[in-house]
Amino acid sequence: MKKEDRTQGTRYGMVIDLDTCTGCGVCSVACASENNVSVLYDESDKTRNITWMQLYMVTNGKGFPETEVVCIPRPCMQCDNPPCVPVCPSTATRKDPNTRIVSQIYTRCIGCRYCMAACPYQARSFNWFDPSFPEGMDRYLSPEVSPRMRGVVEKCSFCHHRLMRARAKAYADGRRDLKEDEYIPACVEACPTKAITFGDLNNPKHRVSELVKGPDAFRLLERLGTEPKAYYKSTKGWVRRMADNYLSGEFKGRG
Amino acid sequence: MEPDSKQVRRSSKDGWIFFLSGFIGALIVGWIVFPALLYSKKNQPLNFSHASHGPESSAGLECKECHSFHEDGSFSGVPGIAKCMECHEDPESPLGEDPEEVKLLTDYIKPGKEIPWLIYSRQPDCVYFPHIAHVTMAQTECRVCHGDFAARKTPPVYKVNRLTGYSIDIWGRNIAGYKKNTWDRMKMDDCAQCHRQKGKENNNACFVCHK
Repeated sequence: MKKEDRTQGTRYGMVIDLDTCTGCGVCSVACASENNVSVLYDESDKTRNITWMQLYMVTNGKGFPETEVVCIPRPCMQCDNPPCVPVCPSTATRKDPNTRIVSQIYTRCIGCRYCMAACPYQARSFNWFDPSFPEGMDRYLSPEVSPRMRGVVEKCSFCHHRLMRARAKAYADGRRDLKEDEYIPACVEACPTKAITFGDLNNPKHRVSELVKGPDAFRLLERLGTEPKAYYKSTKGWVRRMADNYLSGEFKGRG
Repeated sequence: MEPDSKQVRRSSKDGWIFFLSGFIGALIVGWIVFPALLYSKKNQPLNFSHASHGPESSAGLECKECHSFHEDGSFSGVPGIAKCMECHEDPESPLGEDPEEVKLLTDYIKPGKEIPWLIYSRQPDCVYFPHIAHVTMAQTECRVCHGDFAARKTPPVYKVNRLTGYSIDIWGRNIAGYKKNTWDRMKMDDCAQCHRQKGKENNNACFVCHK
């Protein structure tokens, strides 16, 4: 197989600033309503419910007054080396060579959940039931996102339909290139503190390409080599240390 | 006891006749009876003539004048009654002599009712097809996928698969799936084949057409 040159073409990615994030969860709600995520009869059943944008809450484990709490929103990491892709027996999930977004085709998925086992970020969810929505909410469903049937796996798509929408608009204006703010996922748009930045990591004009080079930028479980395109930013050393499994004394970061 | 050789030969011939009649019967059932049962037939609510509206006619309309794009690049598809009323504005005076036009005026334009058109090329819910990328950017003619609709005097019979609910034009009017023209089928393979021929291999990535 030909080795991919990652410096060429578009690589969509996001940077989530954990110092700015308040953990309000609007990103998660916006994501669910944008992408027609099904609502369980009992959403408190956390083994069965579906979230594309999960919120993890971590603390530094210290008592008052040194206690610090940070929320880590977790979309699909859209890895450059996605562990979910090679394991799929039905080729239902692939990395798009144009955008580097990892796709999930529900009509092709056979529901074996091998990808869920392979994903170290638990970014994938299984549909244990046919989609259902509380009465009245079905009228707010988006026609741009296909609802998932029982027995398939789903995950964050970086709101791929928004990319298609932005492209159609650009074509109507006679352009092929998208501007930085034309395509952003629902979570980025909804975030009240503007903690999430989205753009093309390969485009030096996009803010994300600068942000990922900063000293505070890190990724979850970076040393696994999955090369996630969802980056985080935190000035707190303990948060960056928590993002991977370091032995004592191994973490050399500052702060 | 030795079997009678004549008797053996006759019974094997009977066997062949029995087998062939069953075989041919099964073929007829499989290729003719079953497809006829599988697809229900419906006529369009109005016998719309593309030929008397199209570029060759006195109306002289281009495809995109009725099947237009919205400002955001999305495709309007089949036009609503408001589009018809841009020309057929007075319900009392028909523009032509066709009795179908009188039906349009009395049944739909006068009460301001939308025409419940049946869509031949409606794709499954999981498919995203941007017309603007194909028509405006790639300069593909409408007939490449839809066939020569502009020359049609009557719309074809709409056949829908009773099991899947999809129009027969997705599978192709030929039940064997045999394809002669680019517009004979509208399946995923046909999209992919055209992308490959045009050197747009990368557009065969899953998320380009799936949602």
